[in-house]
Amino acid sequence: MAGKVLTITSGKGGVGKSTTSANLALGLALKGKKVVAIDLDIGLRNLDMILGLENRIVYDVVNIVEKTCKLNQALIKDKRTENLYLIAAAQTRDKSAVTSNQIKELTEELKKDYDFVILDSPAGIEGGFKNAMEPADEVIIVTTPEISAVRDADRVIGILEANDKKEMSLIINRIDPTLVKKGDMMSKDDVLQVLSIPLIGVVPEDKNIVSYTNLGEPSILHKDSKSGQAYKNIVQRLLGKDVEFMEITEEKKGFLKNIVSLFKD
Amino acid sequence: MFFEFFKKNKNTSAQKAKERLRIILAHERAENKAPFLDDLRKDIIEVIAKYIDIDPKSININLQKDQSMEVLEINIPIK
Repeated sequence: MAGKVLTITSGKGGVGKSTTSANLALGLALKGKKVVAIDLDIGLRNLDMILGLENRIVYDVVNIVEKTCKLNQALIKDKRTENLYLIAAAQTRDKSAVTSNQIKELTEELKKDYDFVILDSPAGIEGGFKNAMEPADEVIIVTTPEISAVRDADRVIGILEANDKKEMSLIINRIDPTLVKKGDMMSKDDVLQVLSIPLIGVVPEDKNIVSYTNLGEPSILHKDSKSGQAYKNIVQRLLGKDVEFMEITEEKKGFLKNIVSLFKD
Repeated sequence: MFFEFFKKNKNTSAQKAKERLRIILAHERAENKAPFLDDLRKDIIEVIAKYIDIDPKSININLQKDQSMEVLEINIPIK
């Protein structure tokens, strides 16, 4: 099997890299693909909590590269699907604990057994970012429609273009249709005009993500979740299917729904 | 509604953001692409100044990308 290494990065922190990694990893696994997700944010481990697997971690990626455990001892199996495994970041070390050659070696090994190796990159453009970039076959850049996130995304795109040409695509996360309509947030098209790389997904702002993360259940597991649907669409596109981009519009409440919502909570 | 119609095309903060990004990114991209521009400018001034009387400050060097074509533009006004 010749798997694919998919790196999720952004430049700026807090735009939803780990949430995206968790949802895409889970989504691909639920579609029957064998997936391993690796948290490369060493020292600031997060993906384990978003996936709800934090209690199962004994060994991590640093243990693997330092050979203080066997590879399969650090592979944490997901609770919901047997197609997904997680390799956690070390929490007590820092980015210098691994080199990009070690990560490359590890991903080469994993590509033999998995369809997708998903690398959750740390924010920034320093060492940790480079470790996540080097082995990538394909890079997904996550941004929000905010000016600083877009600027940082452009910098990342510039760095990737200057080094080796990787296949790149863009996810615009946390689009708030009410703000876009008011002209207080750049639209999907605005962002695309500034960053000219192909779009692979648009994800609407979803207040429920906070509670999904509290529970360790990514939104793709929730049937009625709008962001979950957006991630499902991205999964389809990653699998080569042509899915139309979601129209992100304000939720229209009917008269009755309005009345009901008055009494709710 | 009436207000929104006017707001849409004018100075919304989203349009401002886009404009600010356009300007700053054009600058940053040029720098990333060609970090040698400053050195190039120095060298050019040195060489030209040997032969012609020029004002070093008025030299303008620009790397522009226009769809598929990239243009290195050097403007040297002669005194």
